[in-house]
Amino acid sequence: MMSVVVKGGLKIWQRRDRNAQLAIWVSWLAATALFVYCFQLISEKTIWAFVWDAPAQAGDLAARMVPPDWGLIRHLARPIWDTINIATLGTVIAVILAVPVAYCAARNTTPSVTLVRPVALFIIVASRSINSLIWALMLVTIVGPGVFAGIIAIGLRSIGFCAKLLYEAIEEIDEGQVEAVRATGATGAQVSVYGIVPQVLPAFAGISVFRWDINIRESTVLGLVGAGGIGLELNAAITQLHWTQVSLMLLVIIGTVIVSEWVSAKVRHAII
Amino acid sequence: MSISIQTTRHWKKRPLIQRASLRWTLGLGAAFYLALALGTTDVNWNRVWEGLPRGTQFVTAFFPPDFANRWDEIVDGISESLWMTVVSTVVGIAISIPVGIGAARNIAPAPVYYFCRSILTVSRSFQEVILAIFFVKLFGFGPFAGVVTLSFATIGFYGKLLAEDIEDMDAAQAEAVRATGASWLQWINFGVQPQVMPRMIGLGLYRLDINFRESAVLGIVGGGGIGATLNTSFERYEFDSAAAIVLVIIAIVMLAEYSSGYLRRWVQ
Repeated sequence: MMSVVVKGGLKIWQRRDRNAQLAIWVSWLAATALFVYCFQLISEKTIWAFVWDAPAQAGDLAARMVPPDWGLIRHLARPIWDTINIATLGTVIAVILAVPVAYCAARNTTPSVTLVRPVALFIIVASRSINSLIWALMLVTIVGPGVFAGIIAIGLRSIGFCAKLLYEAIEEIDEGQVEAVRATGATGAQVSVYGIVPQVLPAFAGISVFRWDINIRESTVLGLVGAGGIGLELNAAITQLHWTQVSLMLLVIIGTVIVSEWVSAKVRHAII
Repeated sequence: MSISIQTTRHWKKRPLIQRASLRWTLGLGAAFYLALALGTTDVNWNRVWEGLPRGTQFVTAFFPPDFANRWDEIVDGISESLWMTVVSTVVGIAISIPVGIGAARNIAPAPVYYFCRSILTVSRSFQEVILAIFFVKLFGFGPFAGVVTLSFATIGFYGKLLAEDIEDMDAAQAEAVRATGASWLQWINFGVQPQVMPRMIGLGLYRLDINFRESAVLGIVGGGGIGATLNTSFERYEFDSAAAIVLVIIAIVMLAEYSSGYLRRWVQ
């Protein structure tokens, strides 16, 4: 990769040869042009007067948000409990459904590489590419507003994530152990239970806790579209311009997120 | 594991959690929690039951989805989402590089380290949509608020991973560059950057993907992009248009996933 240029009898070291350098410059140029073009388009849709005004607005908003309305904290216990339930029950549903999907998607365990695997991969991509808020939006119109829609939304969104990581874990197992169990004359189910499951169980637990942590964060906003939890209260407080309540809710959300992150890190540390 | 000769003893699988007391506590705790959670979650089964026909209506709307009726709005929304994705990823990564370098314990002095770490923590604490609500308040409706939101979220994600990657680098290589008498910038450029570059390009592409997916929902709170169109079509019960939008999103995410996988192989 390295090259030396001879200039007037002097050897100069260069990191790349000329063609590689040129290619890199051209890609930088193209990327910059794309960025400028995109920014131009966004700039056209922006009212810049509002943007220049933003620091003053931010100061004003901050002043309205202190002090947080601590009296409200008793009323937030229920919404935060609902939020945690949405995240936890949603994760439980996702994990249960992700296992068969992952089993079908992993190259070494799938019943059929040509028929079943593409279907499983499509389920994973479809579930992953739709944000939980969009899932919630759909489910609120179908099953009605409330915690139930939130749980299902989180569940559907998380299947793809859990199944993807799990099937990658299954593909990376040590085939020797599976072979050894098979050599004892075990049936297909027994091979799975004694050969594959023990190898992926730690990864499985880690993935579940990791996703649970993400879901706590996601479930704080589901209320914005009516799917229950603290987002519902947050949305109401913002529309009614009760900024001191809003700041308290933000503090509660930060607290919950930090605690869940700590729990998740502890559990994953204990497993790995 | 020892092999037992006594025929009365049976071999059992080793449990995931070795300590029996911990295992039982966790199991009982989980059962107790589940009972409590399910008990306090009120589900209006009548409403769910009523909604099921609407659910089937929604599912049938996918066969076929209606691309034609709202095509102009869909194209507008999707392209706005794409511009937002590009701009916010570039801006976010550009800002997160100095922050990430500052947040790496092995190359930054302590005050800089704590300052940069706190930026990363604040940025990662809130979900993008909550940030978007506030940025829409500050910058007005439209894609600019969305771009600021996504850039801010990108800083937390990318800066943290960059900092961790720099902390994990091989110190000997950086040391060797420094021994040649390189300046600080040269040291970063030739000693540190080549070591973290391949992984960071991959993560940049991954963040591009995440930003697109997130940009699809920011419109719900007024942050520009396809989300506003999607929200409106749900509210009008135009399920076939909504299905079309969802399918377009899935198609773009799939395309991005395949091409980024390809690009990553090419880079490494």
